[in-house]
Amino acid sequence: MAQAGSIARTAGRAGRRLLSSAPALFGVLVFTFLLMRVLPGDPAVFFASGPNAGKAEIEALRAQMGLDKPIPEQLVRYLGDIGTGQLGRSMTTGQPVLADLRERLPASLELTFSALLIALLLSVPLGVVAALRPGSPIDHGVRLLCALGVCVPTFVSGLLLIYVFYYLLGYAPDPTGRIDVFAASPPNITSFLLIDFALTGDWAGWRAAASQLVLPAVTMALFVIAPLARITRASMLAVLGSEFIRTARSVGLSRPRVIVTYALRNAILPVLTIAGIVFSTMLGANVLVEKVFSWPGVASYALDALLASDYAPVQGFVLLMAAIFVTVNLVVDILYGIADPRVSVT
Amino acid sequence: MSTVAITSPGRPRGSALGHLGWVLRHNPLTALASAGTLLLCLVAIFSPWLTPYDPIASDVQRALQPPSAAHWAGTDQLGRDLLSRIIAATRLDLAIAVSAVGLSFALGAVVGAFCGYVGGRLDRAVGRFVDVLMAFPLFVLAMAMVAALGNRVENIVIATAIINLPFYVRFARAEVNVRRNLGWVEAARAGGESHAAVVLRYLLPNILPAMAVQISLNLGWAILNAAGLSFIGLGVRPPTPEWGILVAEGARFITTGKWWLVAFPGLALMLAVLCFNLMGDGLRDILDPRQRT
Repeated sequence: MAQAGSIARTAGRAGRRLLSSAPALFGVLVFTFLLMRVLPGDPAVFFASGPNAGKAEIEALRAQMGLDKPIPEQLVRYLGDIGTGQLGRSMTTGQPVLADLRERLPASLELTFSALLIALLLSVPLGVVAALRPGSPIDHGVRLLCALGVCVPTFVSGLLLIYVFYYLLGYAPDPTGRIDVFAASPPNITSFLLIDFALTGDWAGWRAAASQLVLPAVTMALFVIAPLARITRASMLAVLGSEFIRTARSVGLSRPRVIVTYALRNAILPVLTIAGIVFSTMLGANVLVEKVFSWPGVASYALDALLASDYAPVQGFVLLMAAIFVTVNLVVDILYGIADPRVSVT
Repeated sequence: MSTVAITSPGRPRGSALGHLGWVLRHNPLTALASAGTLLLCLVAIFSPWLTPYDPIASDVQRALQPPSAAHWAGTDQLGRDLLSRIIAATRLDLAIAVSAVGLSFALGAVVGAFCGYVGGRLDRAVGRFVDVLMAFPLFVLAMAMVAALGNRVENIVIATAIINLPFYVRFARAEVNVRRNLGWVEAARAGGESHAAVVLRYLLPNILPAMAVQISLNLGWAILNAAGLSFIGLGVRPPTPEWGILVAEGARFITTGKWWLVAFPGLALMLAVLCFNLMGDGLRDILDPRQRT
């Protein structure tokens, strides 16, 4: 019974959180719309047949794109389109934005998930080790690593990784794209290359895709190890100092058992929250990594569109990012509620 | 570790300067970072006299040379001396970061302080606006703003200032909110000060030290942000020397092994950000030793 009660509570919490983020999402929509309208350059001129396209042709294009209407009317139409699930059409690719985003989102998600996984696998042990011996050389080493990690911009660390692992050592493949141009793509099941290759049992293909993924994922991971390791250390320190740990030690439980089963499980909650924030930020900050590695993700798509004064893809991208941001926060919230039933309903 | 420092005996009480000296002596890292920041500022001010070569004079004869005694950081694809270009870029990069952070601090602190003091409808409206800004992927927002406002240095400053704004507004609001009903604020009001004077002359100076930490940490972030924008081709344009552009120009030659074109501008970026971040951490230790993580 208590179980059912807690599920209902968590669901209620999630619902309220979703509702409370609606105004922010709406604000993002309007703000992006206005921002895109101030972009220099008339997209109609940009997409007219040539530099000396006739005035009539440009006017026809403007009418076709709805640019001849007053701004408030354009905004209302835009909101109506979004309500019916239409994000407009990209003028550069000629496809609906929704289709473009759907095609490219898995590449970005696969990269970000891998990066987050690598970062967690590195930072949680580092944070735990540092917390076990505060003030020791190991602790200082972890601190130094964290301090350095946030100082190296991803576009520099990415390029240096390419230099070392592609040029010097030759371990990594040509750092462009998700998959070698000459390699066969797997049948499209989930759009995540690694999962698709694994499902079809094509391990050579899996290895090829993984080797393309490693460098960009590590580049992103390096930048976010610091916040994750810091929060793990702080949270572990707090838990290790608490009474139940002292009790667990005094009754003679083994050291690994105390640290992993008792301390880490209690210390992981704040790490989860930060991991959620880190994930959303990484998706947005992808632009630089995707550009360095020519990764065909959503961020590089939005960047190309932005430079071409192509409104619709940028608007779609920002909306997508804001939606993911809200969703991730929600998921973290729900996980938090399940992991720790004491979390109060806010 | 300052846990040692906090409990160590003989901690002087009294003069702020003496305290600062004490902290610097016990936190060699903070002292080093402050010295580094000072050095960076000096380089920025005197850069025209420090560059060994003309940063924009090309000499195709000496293109793409690795680091040597004559060119400590090597030369780029046009034979320009990389070290001179990195030194020349210091001024622009620091100027962008300092003016962006200064702008958003000035605006954010005042708006946030008034929100925290007045509360009510103004507070809620500003809070909503800040929520909207925070729901954006911030780097993408900066990209879009630079593209919308035009590809100029001032617009990088504006965009960086706007994406930093939410942090200052929230911070100042929270800090003022807990102080607004304290005795000395009441006393100022009872003494006949207007509400505006209470906020500007009593509350703002009081929260300033706490905000200094935020400023120092944000400077590093602003540098990374500006360099990232110019790296993707927004903002500063070549041939102007700027760290992000230097890296972007070097990126084309990395797969052919010309590492110095990326490594040295990257190193400059890293050192600048490291100095600001360590100084921010040190400031936090000085102001509030309990907040350490």
